Amino acid sequence: MSSPRARSLLRLRGLLRKELLQVRRDPSSILLAVVMPVVLLFLFGYGVSLDPLEVPLAVVADDSSAPARDLLARFASTPYFDVVTAATMDEASALLEGGAVDGIVRVRGDFERELLRDGRADVQLVLNGIDANRASLIRNYVTQAVAGWTTARRARGEPAAGPAVVLEPRTWFNPVNESRAYLVPGLIALIMTLTGTLLTALVIAREWERGTMEAILATPLRARELLIGKTLPYLGLGLLGLAISILGGVWLFDVPLRGSLFLLVLCSSLFLLAALGLGLAFSAGLRVQFVAAQVSVIAGFLPAFFLSGLLFDLGSVPAPIRFISHIVPARYFVDISHTLFLAGDVWSVVLPDALALAVAATVFFALARRNVGERLESP
Amino acid sequence: MSDAGEVMLAVRDVTKTFARATRPALSRLSFDARAGEITGIVGPDGAGKTTLLRLAAGLLVPDEGSLTMLGLDSVRETTALRERIGSMPQQFGLYQDLTVQENLDLYADLRGVTGDERRASFERLLAMTDLAPFTARRAGALSGGMKQKLGLACALVRDPEGLLLDEPTVGVDPVSRRDLWTILYRLVDEHGLGVVVATSYLDEADRCHRVVVLDEGAKRDEGPPRHFHDQVRGRVFAVTPSPASGPRRLQSRLAHEPSVLDATIRSGRVRCVLASSDPTALRAAVDDGDAATSDQVAPDFESAFMAMWRRHGEALPTGRAGAASGASTHDARETVIEVRDLCKRFGTFEAVKHIGFAVRRGEVFGLLGPNGAGKTTTFRMLCGLTRASDGELSVAGLDLRRSPALARARLGYMAQAFSLYRDLTVQQNLAFYAKAYGLSGRRLRERLDWALDEFDLRERRDDKTRSLPQGYKQRLAMATAMLHEPDILFLDEPTSGADPLARREFWLRINGFAQQGVTVVVTTHFMEEAEYCDRMLIMSRGTELAQGTPAEIRALAAGPETPDPSIADAFIALAEGAARPRAAVAGRAP
Repeated sequence: MSSPRARSLLRLRGLLRKELLQVRRDPSSILLAVVMPVVLLFLFGYGVSLDPLEVPLAVVADDSSAPARDLLARFASTPYFDVVTAATMDEASALLEGGAVDGIVRVRGDFERELLRDGRADVQLVLNGIDANRASLIRNYVTQAVAGWTTARRARGEPAAGPAVVLEPRTWFNPVNESRAYLVPGLIALIMTLTGTLLTALVIAREWERGTMEAILATPLRARELLIGKTLPYLGLGLLGLAISILGGVWLFDVPLRGSLFLLVLCSSLFLLAALGLGLAFSAGLRVQFVAAQVSVIAGFLPAFFLSGLLFDLGSVPAPIRFISHIVPARYFVDISHTLFLAGDVWSVVLPDALALAVAATVFFALARRNVGERLESP
Repeated sequence: MSDAGEVMLAVRDVTKTFARATRPALSRLSFDARAGEITGIVGPDGAGKTTLLRLAAGLLVPDEGSLTMLGLDSVRETTALRERIGSMPQQFGLYQDLTVQENLDLYADLRGVTGDERRASFERLLAMTDLAPFTARRAGALSGGMKQKLGLACALVRDPEGLLLDEPTVGVDPVSRRDLWTILYRLVDEHGLGVVVATSYLDEADRCHRVVVLDEGAKRDEGPPRHFHDQVRGRVFAVTPSPASGPRRLQSRLAHEPSVLDATIRSGRVRCVLASSDPTALRAAVDDGDAATSDQVAPDFESAFMAMWRRHGEALPTGRAGAASGASTHDARETVIEVRDLCKRFGTFEAVKHIGFAVRRGEVFGLLGPNGAGKTTTFRMLCGLTRASDGELSVAGLDLRRSPALARARLGYMAQAFSLYRDLTVQQNLAFYAKAYGLSGRRLRERLDWALDEFDLRERRDDKTRSLPQGYKQRLAMATAMLHEPDILFLDEPTSGADPLARREFWLRINGFAQQGVTVVVTTHFMEEAEYCDRMLIMSRGTELAQGTPAEIRALAAGPETPDPSIADAFIALAEGAARPRAAVAGRAP
């Protein structure tokens, strides 16, 4: 008889091979591990954008002078606006009320006169404020457009509209202010939560449902071998999801990767281990696929979606919820991912976050080890 | 390897109560199972058979007492124990999406079988189970019998010294059941293996060396089959029905005699267990012209088992379908279901191939076959739940392909997984289905009263359905299917998972309904239940094996070696091609 160590490895090999065969033959795990990241990537990359482009905007030129025309041409020339020219303010108001445009820029009849007399002039902006966020974004766009025109005129020594001192807004790390560059790195957290928690909980619940868990537990299989055998394949699948996300992000959506790839993979693995540990810990108690799916979505996916800072800025949520967000591992990973993609290897950010992830992974795996035993009932 | 006769499994004072359970699953259970023997664990549903096997494999921990297998404690020496035993859970514990070979490989890896030992083991097991030609086939695509053999092979991959089998033959065809027992005897005789097998087939208890009867977690009795036979020796009789009466009517009459503990139909005769050796009741039946002859016959385990449970004076169901049951007003010979050339394809898979039969009013018609034979698919087409790919189908004179809703109003359907609302009470479930069938006012109340009385549910009317024992659930499901007094009753595997007692009761009830003119179509994988049918269609892999009355089917297998074959014998003969199936077609209905 061979050594206990060799036989342990043999058992592990058996489990791993079985798991890989099942993944290969089961469309649902491929769906979750490969198709889902691609779909999410496209959804978030193309579908969800937090920056409005081609905002329908009405322009009313009561003054047909050269500076007025020059200013309005500036709106037409940016990709942010889809300009509709209205003859009168009344016509523009009707468009706004009907929802055909989101805002009105009006250049009054005394624009050129005022500009020549005072060296400055006012431009009227009317916005549809129903969606306050969108309205404020549009106001920013308009302000920037006007500011751009002012600067250009100043450079030529001509009088300009707007205040004499022009603010120069600048957004750090995401200079083009594309939300995509911000969303895609965060998306990795979602994708890996899916493969880590949901897929793992599902495949183990399936073994309970089909009675195969009882059959393999009745063999000399040890709990730690079962844990490793269930972790490694899905760690691999999760890293595949990561690779798809990174490639998609960098190539399709031009998201910069300013930090080191190695560090990103390392931190992702840590996060993935935490997600896997959570899935494994759930699975011992949840022996029905339906329940496993529900619990992993509620306790895994939704927190990663809402409490990670991926979509909603954690700085502006109520304090109790912000407090809760500290126990969501995705929060730390989204932070790391944003930093590594958009800023670089900022150790002061990455190190504490990675440490938090390591703690989470350890805690969840300890839980899983306690729950996944060699018997049918948890101790 | 342990010596034959040595204690392989010692169960001592074992008590196990699950969380949230009202009574222990096992209480103070003690017995020995020996090496070189097959020990059968028998008992009604919920008796604790599965719990016992799981405890023995160390999958569960007893609250009190101990289980020692091969000298190893099931709790403290679990891993060492698992190195030396093989076990097969219900549903065989196979990975459906892995092939036969991949399943074997996995279990060989898990059990540490390598090199030459591995090759030799695979060769031996594949030869033993006849699975060698199918190594590349996925386990999910195997027939029930082949799955069972593969499950067994996986449990045997490393020559265990003890084998634990949990209901290894459920839903498996008679040929595979016979083969499994042949294999088990060989393992026991040649290798001195000790086997513990839980079973709900009472005829299998007769094949064990020793039987332990469990009842609500406690040991009711224990001993070799002979010990049980002795309990009813001299009290078992076979009564031949008179040509005018037929076995079903005679069985119904005798079952309701106070001195008869059990009556069942076996090979066209009614087999009775009497409370005493005084056959007065049987003689009365002969005198009345219901029976022709009655003979004392050798007892079997089933007789003893049924006698053990039948309490004196306990009311048996009579099967009153209801006051307005349509039968009497119709011609009793009328054909109510006609099926011609019925086919069903799922993609390239042909689930049902050219099935044809006809059922007359008041007949009990059985669709028989092992799991995967196409019974349920045929059934769903009959009820208008699935469209037929091809063929003609008329139920109650209506073409199901054109007017399924109309036909459905006249039939009652009891699905395999009972369609009951688990969180509603018995009364609420009944009321819901009654209203769904459009009953209201006085008629609604009448039918609810009928259901509570006929199915003996009154005491449990306010209990949540989820808390009912399996037997009650089955009764409730049948009651809901009959509230609207259907002319035709479709029952899909109504006795699957039911214990022998519940199955007896069920057939008595069906018997009563049929006598009142309700047409019953029923599927079952219990071959012996075919005796209760007027006529039957035996299916295997989507095709017809034979069709006819129980007597006609049995006659197919009659020969010098089997002068008195059972339906299961006939199935084996048909499946192995020894009998010519078409011989029975002569008995087909118009």
